[in-house]
Amino acid sequence: MSDVLLDVAGLSVHHGQLCAVDDVSFSLRRGEILAMIGANGAGKSTLLRTIAGLHKPSSGLVSFDGADVAKLSPNRRVRLGISLVPEGRRLFSSMTLEENLQVGAYRARRGPFDIARVYELFEWMPGRRKQSVWQLSGGEQQAVAIGRALVANPKVLLLDELSLGLAPIVIERIYALVPEIVAQGVSILIVEQDVAQGVAVADRVHCLLEGRTSLVGTPADLTSEQIDHAYFGADLRHAVPKEEADE
Amino acid sequence: MIWLNVVVQGVLVGGFYALFACGLSLMFGVLKVINLAHGDMAVVAGYVAVFLTPHLHISEVWSFLVVVPIFGLLGYVVQRTLIQKSIDRDPFTTLLVTFGLSVVIENLLLEIYTANGQSVNIGTLISKSWHPASIIYVSYVSLGVLAVAVVVLGLLQLFLSRTGTGRLIRAVADDREAAQLSGANYRHVFGIAAAIAFATVALAGIAYGMMTQFAPTSGGVNLLFAFEAVVIGGIGSLWGTLIGGVALGVAQQFGAHFNPEYQILAGNLLFLVVLAIRPQGLFGRRTALS
Repeated sequence: MSDVLLDVAGLSVHHGQLCAVDDVSFSLRRGEILAMIGANGAGKSTLLRTIAGLHKPSSGLVSFDGADVAKLSPNRRVRLGISLVPEGRRLFSSMTLEENLQVGAYRARRGPFDIARVYELFEWMPGRRKQSVWQLSGGEQQAVAIGRALVANPKVLLLDELSLGLAPIVIERIYALVPEIVAQGVSILIVEQDVAQGVAVADRVHCLLEGRTSLVGTPADLTSEQIDHAYFGADLRHAVPKEEADE
Repeated sequence: MIWLNVVVQGVLVGGFYALFACGLSLMFGVLKVINLAHGDMAVVAGYVAVFLTPHLHISEVWSFLVVVPIFGLLGYVVQRTLIQKSIDRDPFTTLLVTFGLSVVIENLLLEIYTANGQSVNIGTLISKSWHPASIIYVSYVSLGVLAVAVVVLGLLQLFLSRTGTGRLIRAVADDREAAQLSGANYRHVFGIAAAIAFATVALAGIAYGMMTQFAPTSGGVNLLFAFEAVVIGGIGSLWGTLIGGVALGVAQQFGAHFNPEYQILAGNLLFLVVLAIRPQGLFGRRTALS
């Protein structure tokens, strides 16, 4: 069994004329947490959605567990072990908390996670399982979205903008669960706009700028200047007024 | 007592409208497709029951036992081929395709079976009724259709809320993409929803043939009533569809009580009032509009 679980090579994705992801390559090892950081519109979400099968790449390869998955539908990829927690939670709004998890579990792979295990992970859930999801707070909804993906027993969990619209304390609580999920043998690919959060939790960091890879490394090796530069692009230095730069 | 009879007759016909409309509601709720050939499918089911099932030595009364499963299968196939192809192009195409299908079906039926009215032969049952009070007559056929409508809607509700496949249908209706990310093959789920829609409308078509006469062009007007029942009740609510059908039926009977010409007018007025005051329908969720 190869050490590499997910391998993306030369991937480009277009939205019409716009090139959202441009020749990006990276690989995710088993049990690893990789944070994909970058500014708004850098192509992070598109990259994640392409790996999940929601966008068709215009070129490049996506191989998972040694097999080419580029042509498979999103539901087939779930069966192979790729689960995406989409941006904005995207819960089934006419359903209760538990029904959302049941949908996730209906076509699930075998593995350590089931609804009972998710209820252990999020202790507040059992008492509110009959509630409609729209009655839950943003953080609680995010937890349900993670639970819905976990019950499918993914080998890799793709997390898209977990922190979006949530209070810092809530974000902290959700990220605190990441090690527990990894301990079950799940690899994680995180997309984050919140750089500090992404860097704190990840084994490796991959920075995107306007669809291209601008920086790769481990959090320990990277200085914050390097990350800022990769995040905002070289243009930032040019933006400094000339007089100040001369001083 | 006269008014009671008006309400009773309205409720009876409302049951039929609900049976006719629930498939339309399901197709719209799950596939986001307005099937303009929905009414014509009911008429086709009626013709199959009258002309084809006798060849199988099944009496017309029991024809639904054969016709309903066949239409379920047909619904799945039509969805996975014709309708899915048009969904993949764009939503407007589905309107054109189902409208075209409607025209083709009506003209084929005219060509083959002429414009003569037909009805499903149920023997002397057609004229029997329950007579609980001086001027109230409850036709056994209409009562049976109402009962069937309630049972079908109840079973459908149970299926959608209690089974895994049912939940998957609701999940796809809520958010197709998120359902895919939960492992649902949405095309297959669409197929199942269309199968249910076709099966229920076949049942409605045969019921219609038992209650009255149908002709190749009967589908259109019934589609209009079904559409009104769905909108009055609220899209996405099955019991809403029943209430919507009953409300429409009662309004029509009230109109007809004053003047037979007002029957359809009264139903349409109710429809317009609901649209103006409560556009999400009596039992619809406001979020369904956003």
